[in-house]
Amino acid sequence: MIPLSWYLLVAAALFSIGLYGVLARRNAVAILMGVELMLNAVNINLVAFWRYGRFPEQPVGLAWAVFVLTVAAAEAAVGLALIISIYRHRDSVVAEEMDTLKN
Amino acid sequence: MSPNITQSWVLALVPEIGLVILLAAVLLYDRLVKPEERRRVGLLTAWGAFAILVTTLGLWLATGEPNNATDIGTSLMWGGMIRFDLIALVFHVIFLVALMLTALLSLDVEHLQKGEYYALLITAAIGFSLMGASADLIMLYVALETASISSYILAGFATKDPRSSEAGMKYFIYGAFATGVMLYGMSLLYGLTGQTNLYILGSIFGGFQQIPTEVNAVVILSAVMIMVGFGFKISAVPFHFWTPDVYEGSPTPFTGYVSTASKAAGFAVFLRVFTTGVLGEPSDASMWWAMLIAITVITMTLGNFVAIFQKNFKRLLAYSSIAQAGYALIGLVTLSPDGSSATMYYLLMYIFTNIAAFGVITIVSNRIGSDELEDFSGLSRRSPYLALVMMFALLSLSGIPPTAGFFGKFFLFRSAVNAGLWWLALLGILNAFVALYYYLSAVKYMYLYRSENEDDPIPVSRGAKVGLAFSLFFIFYLGIFAGPIFEWTRTAADAFFVLAR
Repeated sequence: MIPLSWYLLVAAALFSIGLYGVLARRNAVAILMGVELMLNAVNINLVAFWRYGRFPEQPVGLAWAVFVLTVAAAEAAVGLALIISIYRHRDSVVAEEMDTLKN
Repeated sequence: MSPNITQSWVLALVPEIGLVILLAAVLLYDRLVKPEERRRVGLLTAWGAFAILVTTLGLWLATGEPNNATDIGTSLMWGGMIRFDLIALVFHVIFLVALMLTALLSLDVEHLQKGEYYALLITAAIGFSLMGASADLIMLYVALETASISSYILAGFATKDPRSSEAGMKYFIYGAFATGVMLYGMSLLYGLTGQTNLYILGSIFGGFQQIPTEVNAVVILSAVMIMVGFGFKISAVPFHFWTPDVYEGSPTPFTGYVSTASKAAGFAVFLRVFTTGVLGEPSDASMWWAMLIAITVITMTLGNFVAIFQKNFKRLLAYSSIAQAGYALIGLVTLSPDGSSATMYYLLMYIFTNIAAFGVITIVSNRIGSDELEDFSGLSRRSPYLALVMMFALLSLSGIPPTAGFFGKFFLFRSAVNAGLWWLALLGILNAFVALYYYLSAVKYMYLYRSENEDDPIPVSRGAKVGLAFSLFFIFYLGIFAGPIFEWTRTAADAFFVLAR
């Protein structure tokens, strides 16, 4: 059987890619994709921990992963709506150009 | 096999059930009401929140539940998802009052007279209430996201205003990022133990004399990640970048809501998680504790010093609210029942104070179309009562007796001194002097400076008057009769520390 650490490494790598995407990408849609990657990394973690954990008869990790999926879908819907709302004002979705509000 | 649902299980969810009914009623009523009577939707929300508040407190007085019996076995309900204790009651009161006042002050803002706006305020309140009661990481996450996602939409609700869209976008990006990091930290805690209940986690980690080094590294990592998510909610310093922009761009009544209710909910989960002993005892050697103290000090100081230079009233209050989060964190870092109760008292008085301040800004900027500080010149001549309410709110924020803010700060600093952190209390007092400077310079604009349109009074509707009078009453009530309310939060705070020794 594949050891647990492999799954955790994949999840950590995915999380780091997502983190990099959020911090370094300029396009708001790409930032949103970064956030989704981070949440997916969490899901891999949760399911792997459940499968290899001491209590596989309690599907806590699975249930949690389903909640994360659901919330991520809601979050993506709201995020895209906000991106559309800002695109209508500025004709751009570049995060750096959102500078109406500053000192 | 169905669980045995007892009376207290239902009692525990009374505010949430009430809010769900109110949500349905608001959405239905919004369809039925004539377009020119749209204002009534807001009135329904305010009355509904008031009714739920009275019901919650009435049931508490009538049944005696939740009581101060702090046994975990009897207070954990719905499969350990929520805990029904006095802490949950205190926070329910905080959120319901915030919802009621926000609805009252939103009444006259034209672009907010929509059913969706009030429906989202109520959804956020449901999320906050469940955050205040949650005793399980899964519940905590779902409640936090319920509140956050509603808040993102509300921040960007004025779609015609480019500033509001931008505020919504920024809030969303920072928020989604912070909760993603927090969730990863929580998944590590789950991986270590196979448990998600906070109190089970606390007893597992509390069972160690010394948490083994290799485990400790993971615990610290997940603690830092969880702190990112909670720190974002309470706008503590390294995670505060969204605060000024979102506060400035959002519709003003919602700014008042997010600065009080959302912050209180953040503190609720912060206190719940960190007082269960998930991270072991606080000691000079423990890294997470030192980090928390550093965050406290920087949050107070940076918030106050940057606020001095602000020209926009909402931005000024945004930095002030960062500083206020720093003060409230003092009660958290002492990790004692005294400190936690001081934090809860502070959050309670902060609701009245800050919503009153943002309420005045809402009314004034609704009339003059600006929230720059210099446009508040001569407010005392245009509307003496609004200027008076604003002045007392600012005095309460700076902690001058006989306003509520004085006792809020007093209890916090006393708990710090009792915990041996006298230098933290001293820093807090020094910070309060800095804060006094910029609060009083805002008062100066309203009272001493003149403007050319002084004979143009600012009308205040009856709903807004009731809201402001209610806030003002409690600003003084909590500033003069602080004792019983503090006793109440003090009794509640015992429930935090059930696992300690």
